[in-house]
Amino acid sequence: MPTALQTKLLPMASLGDDAQLIAYRESLSGSIPWLDAKRAEAWDAYQSLPMPTRKDEKWRFASRMAFDLANFRITDAPDNSTRQRAIDASNMMHQVSGRMVFTDNHLASFDPVDSDLEAKGVIFKPLLQAIHEHPDLIESRLFAEEAHLGSDKFLALHTALSHSGALVYVPKGVEIESPLMIYHWTTQEGVAVFPHTLVIAEEASSVHVVDIFQSLEPDLPAFCIAAGNLYAGPGSHVFRKCVQNWSHETISFQADATAARRDSTTQTLAVNLGGKRARFENQLRMTEPGSHATMYSLTVAQGDQEFDQRTFQSHEAPQAVSDLLYKNALLDRSRTIFSGMINVAPDAQQTDAYQTNRNLLLSPEADANSLPGLEIQANDVKCSHGATTGQLDPEELFYMLQRGIPKRTAQQLMVYGFFEDVLDKFEQEEIRDNVRKLVQSKFHL
Amino acid sequence: MANQLEIRNLNVTIGDKPILKDFSLSIPKGEVHALMGPNGTGKSTLAKVIAGHEDYTVQSGEVLVDGVNIIGMEPDEIARSGVFLAFQYPLEIPGVSIANFVRAALQARMEEGETFNAPAYYRSLYEKMDLLQIDRKFTARSVNEGFSGGEKKRCEILQMAMLDPKYCIMDETDSGLDIDALKIVANGVNLMRSPDRAFLVITHYQRLLDYIIPDKVHVMWDGRIVQSGNKDLALELESKGYNWVKEELATA
Repeated sequence: MPTALQTKLLPMASLGDDAQLIAYRESLSGSIPWLDAKRAEAWDAYQSLPMPTRKDEKWRFASRMAFDLANFRITDAPDNSTRQRAIDASNMMHQVSGRMVFTDNHLASFDPVDSDLEAKGVIFKPLLQAIHEHPDLIESRLFAEEAHLGSDKFLALHTALSHSGALVYVPKGVEIESPLMIYHWTTQEGVAVFPHTLVIAEEASSVHVVDIFQSLEPDLPAFCIAAGNLYAGPGSHVFRKCVQNWSHETISFQADATAARRDSTTQTLAVNLGGKRARFENQLRMTEPGSHATMYSLTVAQGDQEFDQRTFQSHEAPQAVSDLLYKNALLDRSRTIFSGMINVAPDAQQTDAYQTNRNLLLSPEADANSLPGLEIQANDVKCSHGATTGQLDPEELFYMLQRGIPKRTAQQLMVYGFFEDVLDKFEQEEIRDNVRKLVQSKFHL
Repeated sequence: MANQLEIRNLNVTIGDKPILKDFSLSIPKGEVHALMGPNGTGKSTLAKVIAGHEDYTVQSGEVLVDGVNIIGMEPDEIARSGVFLAFQYPLEIPGVSIANFVRAALQARMEEGETFNAPAYYRSLYEKMDLLQIDRKFTARSVNEGFSGGEKKRCEILQMAMLDPKYCIMDETDSGLDIDALKIVANGVNLMRSPDRAFLVITHYQRLLDYIIPDKVHVMWDGRIVQSGNKDLALELESKGYNWVKEELATA
C-alpha cells in the first residue's frame, strides 16, 4: 500500500556509500575546467537545495514519491554476458542512422553514423567522448538548462554525476533521415543511472532521436535521473521520442527542455510505461518567432504506479505555435498527475498555444489529477487548454458489440484506439509496431 | 417459426415509462418491411431493443430470430445470430480503423481453428467500398471519425454488406443523405436483397421507399402498429401527413 503523504518526499541521504561516491566524482573531473566547475556547483546546489515537499505547488498531488536514495548506488559496468543480453535486446528498430547502448551508465555498444554523414560534420558520440573531443562546441549547451518545474534538486544531482548518454550535433543544412537510437539499460540491482541526451541542430537541419529506457529484469530495483536538451536552430526539424519502460521497481525522474528558434519545427513524444514512480518534466521555450512545437505523451499506469507529468510551454516570441496532447490510461490503483502551464509573454503576439490532457479511467480505484494552466500577457493570441477524464463510452461499446465483437475484444480495441493518435507520430512502422506491442502488453484486459 | 424475425407481444419500458405496447410484427426472409411513424413513437426503441441495448427493460414478449428468443441475450450474441442494426447515429470509434473493426467483427464469427484469409478479406472489402463509392483510403481511417453524415451512413451499409446478416434493421438510414447518396445507399441495399435475408427499414419519409421498394409498410403510433399495407400506404401517409395517423388510425 502507498505510504501516507509525507512532508518530505525524500529522506535526506547520500547515494550509496560516501567513499565510493567521492571516488566516482573524482573520476569525472580533472580534464575540462568549465565542466569541473559546473559539476562542483551542481553538487553544492544538490546539497543545499531544500527537498521538495508535498506543500510545494510544483509537487501538488505527488503522494507516492517517498523513497530512500541510500538504497541506490553507482556501479561498475555489468559482466560481459549481461552486457551482451542488453545489446541483443536493443532492437526496437533496424533502419537507423546510428545506435548507442548503455548498460548501467557504461557504454556497451556504439554504431556510429556512416562516413557520409560524418564527412558532412554530423557528430553522434557518447557524451564522455564528446566532452573531451568537442568541449568548445558544447560548453554553452551541456547541462545549461535549469529545471523550472520542481526538479531542480534532482537535476543538480544529474549534472554532478551524469556521464552516460549522447551528443547529437547536426550542422547547418544537413538532414539525417533515419533515427538515431539510444538505449539506456539498468541491469544491476540498486543501480543509479543518469542518462543525458544533448541535441544541437543547426539552421535548416533535420534529425530524429529516440531514447529507450529499459531494465533487463522486470523487478530490478533502480533509480534514474535523466535529462534531454534539444536546441533547435532556425528552420530546423528536431524530433525526439522517449520510451520509458523501466522495471516496476524503478524510481524515475526526467527533466527535458527544448529551445526552439526562428521557424523551427520540434516534436517531443514520451511513452511512459515503466517505473514504480515516474516524474517527467518537459519545458519548451519558444525564443524566436515562427516556431512550431508539438508535445505528445502516452502513459499506461497500472498497479500502484504513479506518473507525475509537469509541462511548460513558454511563448517568448510572436507567431509561434505550440500544441500539447498528453493521454493517460489508468488501471488498478494507479495515479497520474498532469500539471501544464502555457505562458505567453507580453510581446508574443499571434501566438497559438494549445494544451490537452485526456485521462481514460479503466478502474474505479484509479486516480487522475489534472491541473491545466494559462498565463497570457499578450492580447492577440489563440490559446486553449482542456482536460477530460472519463471511462470507456458505453454507447461506443454497444456499437461494437452490435457488430458481433465480443465485449473483451471491443474494450481492448477501444483502449488501444485511445493511443493511436499518439502512436501514429512514430513515423517508422517498425518502431511504431514495437512500441504498440509494449503498450498493449501492459493490459490484462 | 424458422425463416423469419418475429416480434411477439413486446412490452418495453424505459424506467417506468412504457414505450412499446404489445408490439407484434413478423418479417419473413426475402421481404422488405418499412416501419413508418412520427418522432417519439418507439421506432428507434424497437431497433435498439432487438439489438439488446441495456437501457430498455423488456416487461414481456419475445423477439424470435429463426424461432430462437433473443431477449436477454448479450448484444454481441444477438449480432452473431444474424441481426444487424444500421444505426441512426453511427458512433465514432477513435483509433480503430474500419479495416480492423470489420475484421474483428468477422473474426468473432469464425469457427475455432479457422484462419482468417486477409487477401480475400481486402478484396471483398474493396469491392463493396467501390460499390458504395467509398474511397479505399477510408479503410485506414478511424471508424466514422470526422466522417460526414452521408459517409457514416454509407459506412453502415458497408459493414452490413461485409457481415452478411440474415436480418437487417435500418434505423433512419436516409436521414442526412442527399439524393445522390440516397441512391448509392439504396443500390447497396437492393443488391443485398435475397430470399435468405429480410429487412426492416425504419424511416420518417416516403422518399427512401422510392428506391428501396418495400413488400409491406407498417405505420407505428404510440408504441404499436396501427396500420399495415403495401407500398401505397407509404404514399398515402406522405400525402395525408402524420396528423392522419393521429386523428384517424390511432383511434380506429
